[in-house]
Amino acid sequence: MASGTNAKTGTFIRHGLTHAFIIALGVIMIYPVVWMIISSFKPNNMIFSDPGLIPKAVTIENYITGWRGYAGTTFGTFFVNSLLMCVIAIIGNLISCSMAAYAFARLKFAGRTFWFAIMMITLMLPGHVTLVPRYIMFNTFGWVGSYLPILVPKFLATDAFFVFLLVQFMRGLPKEIEEAAIIDGCSKLGVYLRIILPLATPALVTTALFTFLWTWDDFFNHLLYLTTPASFTVSRALRTFVGDAGAVSNWGGALAMSTLSIVPAFILFFTLQKYFVQGIATTGIKG
Amino acid sequence: MVSQSRRTSKSTKRTFFVPDIPWLAAFVRRNAVAYLFLAPWLVGFFGLTVYPMGYSLLLSFTDYDFTQPNSTQFIGLSNYIKMFGSLFGLTSFTAPTGEVMRVDPYYMKSLSVTVTYVFVSVPLKLIFALAVAVLLNQRLRWVPFYRAVYYIPTLLGGSIAIAVLWRKLFEKDGLVNAFLGALGFTNLPSWITHPDYALWTLILLSVWQFGSSMIIFLAGLKQIPQEYYDAASVDGANKIQQFFRITLPLLSPVILFNLVIQMIGAFQAFTQAYIIGGGRGGVLNSTLFYTLHMYIQGWAYHEMGYASAMAWVLLAIIGVLTAIVFKSSKWWVDYGVGD
Repeated sequence: MASGTNAKTGTFIRHGLTHAFIIALGVIMIYPVVWMIISSFKPNNMIFSDPGLIPKAVTIENYITGWRGYAGTTFGTFFVNSLLMCVIAIIGNLISCSMAAYAFARLKFAGRTFWFAIMMITLMLPGHVTLVPRYIMFNTFGWVGSYLPILVPKFLATDAFFVFLLVQFMRGLPKEIEEAAIIDGCSKLGVYLRIILPLATPALVTTALFTFLWTWDDFFNHLLYLTTPASFTVSRALRTFVGDAGAVSNWGGALAMSTLSIVPAFILFFTLQKYFVQGIATTGIKG
Repeated sequence: MVSQSRRTSKSTKRTFFVPDIPWLAAFVRRNAVAYLFLAPWLVGFFGLTVYPMGYSLLLSFTDYDFTQPNSTQFIGLSNYIKMFGSLFGLTSFTAPTGEVMRVDPYYMKSLSVTVTYVFVSVPLKLIFALAVAVLLNQRLRWVPFYRAVYYIPTLLGGSIAIAVLWRKLFEKDGLVNAFLGALGFTNLPSWITHPDYALWTLILLSVWQFGSSMIIFLAGLKQIPQEYYDAASVDGANKIQQFFRITLPLLSPVILFNLVIQMIGAFQAFTQAYIIGGGRGGVLNSTLFYTLHMYIQGWAYHEMGYASAMAWVLLAIIGVLTAIVFKSSKWWVDYGVGD
């Protein structure tokens, strides 16, 4: 009896210590983010003199001054630009990647193994090697300065990660429904639209989610292709807001707009967490 | 073949745009739908991958400048000599066109910055991710919540917001120094602008984002049957022995996967170095990442031929290292033969 109680107490203490350790590490991990959020509500002159989390004075002035943006463009415009870009990118990826995935996962055709291998190779291909020619090409089309260089590739399934993710998912779907539909005279297009797409919803949500995050956070393409402040996205705008040499007078505003810029990611993450885990665990995509 | 063509010749349906050759019509009919579904991807593959790759290889042998494309000349291997000339003690050389070209004094620096970054940040990140995954793979309460918290840096890490924040944290009067000061340290440097430390703040930023590797490790750990551990316990193996004899070998395919993904990603790191260095390579080019140098050459100096050559060398380096990792995997990855 006594030894049993001791073992229980031992387990209890061990679990308690593990929890304490996990929590302590977690606090250190997210301290910078929490600090940024809280500091965005501190008066500008107190931000860096006060490393603590509990503000001595609270203000929303940073949000008001930050929102004004620069070059006569407010952050309202930047947010609308970013959102619009993300929505179109999601539509593009959902259509093009699911089409390719359906072909790879469910259709038999000459050259399937070959093309699938090619697709897997492009998965590992560093994007930088196509950067210069793409820029030259888009420049010849007169697309530099517009969203086309960023959005058109989404309609051409260039994010092989999502094709791979959807192929993996579609392969796991039961064949029976599909066969029954074909016997009933359903075409391949009908199967794709009425059976595969609805069943693949979880993987499509994951695709939409990561497309959103990557497009929202993307900086390199926005730096290359967006040329006027009126067309800037949030990430591109934040960078100019902070300035080249870091000579920012309005750090409060910068932190406030930085905080606002991570709100969508937070909302999506906490509402759709299981899709995150699923997406990462099946394809290893970086978050 | 024969039976298939017979089947088609019986059918009265004509396939449009295809000559009336039975086997060809049958072939098209069997494959057309699939290729229609594949069409966007194929267009993207040829138009946005194959063609640009070929074009950039071609450009790498020229002095292409997109503001004056008509004066483009073939300069042979000059762009490559420009990169690696310093290894042979060159500072300038004569291109095939007769023009005297300068060897790029910063190329080797940018290569060493990126290689250091990859070789330090990737192993550290994987070790950290694995340690936390093992910690979270216990029968504890709140694990989903903890997992979410540990994933937050990864969720946000790629954003400009975090780069901006990072710069503030590691400045002279930043949060990190405030803490270190409170612990009694004095004479603290401005980490972000110090040539010896700036790269390390970026490495730390990368390690901090271990979340996706952690989730992949967690998924892998869940696949290991509990019986193995029970059996090992019965045989008297302690936790550490169990980790090295059971967990690590069974997880090795996942480690390989994470290693390759993270390595390829780390070679392409750009945004954080760009923000933290203020669009340049930082003090004494201490954070002049390869991709940043490439961007500056291509877009600030319009040396797009040279930037293309740099991209191809990067591709070659990543390709060789990935091949080495895969080749070496037979020595250290347990593929569970006979499982």
